[in-house]
Amino acid sequence: MGEKGTIVYGVDPLIVHDHYEIDYRHSYAEDSPFFVGLSKGKLLGSRCTGCRYTYATPRSHCMECGAPTAWHEVPLSGRIHTFTICHYGGEAFLKETPFTLILVEFEGADTLFLSRLKGVKSEAVRIGMPVRACFSKTPAFKVTDVWFEPADRE
Amino acid sequence: MRPVYMISGGITKFAKAHPDKDFRFMVKEAYDYTLRDVPRFSKDMIDGAVGSYFSDHFTRQLKAASMAQDYLGLCPKPSKRIEGGGATGGLCFQSAWEAVASGRMNSCVAFGFETMSRVNTWKGNEFIALASDTNFDFPVGGFYSGYYAMMVQRHMHEFGTTVEQMAMVSVKNHINALYNPYSQKAKRLTIKQVRESPMVATPLTMEDICTMSDGAAVCLLASEEVAAKACERPVKIIGVGSGSDAMRMADRPHGKVILLPHEQESDYAHLKYPGVHSFRGGRMAAKLAYQMAGIHNPMEELSFVELHDAYTSSEIQTYEDLGLCKYGEGGRFVERGTPFMPGIDYGMSLPKQERLPVNPSGGLLACGHPVGATGLMQAVFAFWQLQGTMSKHLGNPTLQLKNPRRGLIHSHAGTGTYITVSILEAI
Ligand SMILES: [Zn+2]
Repeated sequence: MGEKGTIVYGVDPLIVHDHYEIDYRHSYAEDSPFFVGLSKGKLLGSRCTGCRYTYATPRSHCMECGAPTAWHEVPLSGRIHTFTICHYGGEAFLKETPFTLILVEFEGADTLFLSRLKGVKSEAVRIGMPVRACFSKTPAFKVTDVWFEPADRE
Repeated sequence: MRPVYMISGGITKFAKAHPDKDFRFMVKEAYDYTLRDVPRFSKDMIDGAVGSYFSDHFTRQLKAASMAQDYLGLCPKPSKRIEGGGATGGLCFQSAWEAVASGRMNSCVAFGFETMSRVNTWKGNEFIALASDTNFDFPVGGFYSGYYAMMVQRHMHEFGTTVEQMAMVSVKNHINALYNPYSQKAKRLTIKQVRESPMVATPLTMEDICTMSDGAAVCLLASEEVAAKACERPVKIIGVGSGSDAMRMADRPHGKVILLPHEQESDYAHLKYPGVHSFRGGRMAAKLAYQMAGIHNPMEELSFVELHDAYTSSEIQTYEDLGLCKYGEGGRFVERGTPFMPGIDYGMSLPKQERLPVNPSGGLLACGHPVGATGLMQAVFAFWQLQGTMSKHLGNPTLQLKNPRRGLIHSHAGTGTYITVSILEAI
């Protein structure tokens, strides 16, 4: 980089280009089974072994009572609790705009799940719409290995 | 706990970028203004400082508050950095309050800053979104405007809140700011213009959302003894409260409303709370602050509110959290004109204009949101308002309320994860 010289945007004040990049060795730790689950077409949430509170997301200990939770398969279909269509986004996602974010509610779960909605015209999206989980055939071991589509589509 | 007073404050002009001044210089500018305003106070009376800035990504300088501390010439006095997302400034204010209330310090400087202009807006949005869960939320499309859009979409579904009501907040705050020379984005707008500006995340348009800024703000807090000695018109901090909520919006409960003294359980028989439509942390912060301040009905006992309107929607949601109206009534609260300033023409008919002005300064929507400075900026505007010195500091009397008695300031971090409420009183 240094050999290419420094980009100067202005001289008074002196403004120069500065680059920063970093790679991490990132462990999903106790949440790992969730990400492995996505690669097998499963959506794993957590159910409290104490108070039975049921989370649609991984959480090894219950937020309500502090007891350990057990893995629990969240149904693969649910309903849109709320949504938005993003026409802008963080830089990393700008090229994907417009995209639809949804929070999904499930029968038998006390909490929601954040995901993308695909395969539907944005004008048709509404709260209460039935949706089903779809899984990537080539898992990246990211939460985006799952997304949702309208339940009535095959 | 000892009584704590605010005795001075200062703000830099918030702007898209200040390439000619780094964060230390900006803090120094606000700090010098603060000291100049209390000539009987001198630097040797300062016992310590608390610095606040939100993002190490924006600064790309860890321990940046140490650099501001030495630039101000406050070494080797006690100092630390406070960080709490969007609520960073409000938390910093309360940390300085704690230092004085506990007796550890007789006077404490709270300084805050942010330099967000160093990256482009969309990179900036990405940085901010790193304040959401980076395993579960960020990768899905990390974008705070999207998160808040989902929250208000649900608010609209539950309560019938409309985009026009949200646009009224934008019109109000941008017009208020016409009289505030510190603001970044003052302008006369109409509801139609707000709705016709580019859509960011449905239903929020560009004019529903605050901008990124560079800026700094400073508050000087002191004990009763120091306040009496150094300041002609100190303002008393009579209540502080704060609250929190789960990082992932998805994990928020759907239970019972946390009630304020003037509410009853029957008011909310069918409401599942907070879900994603309300900020439980804001309600908790308000409840604690009202308790300390002895406030039973905020609508009757407050003179004005400076709240964290990063989004027009969150201003409406916050009216409810603060108990200015019941949950579900936030949209009608603004529609009636209750939070508008007296004596300002907003270009629309408002039956109850001026009952309880909210964001007389123009709020984040129009002043800008240099995160670490924002909560302190609100404190400075509230302080000047309660001192009756708005005219002196802003150069015109339009935003000065007549004999305001109590002001509430409210600072809020990403989707309501940390929220602070502090209440100031004229003496
Ligand atoms: Zn439990």
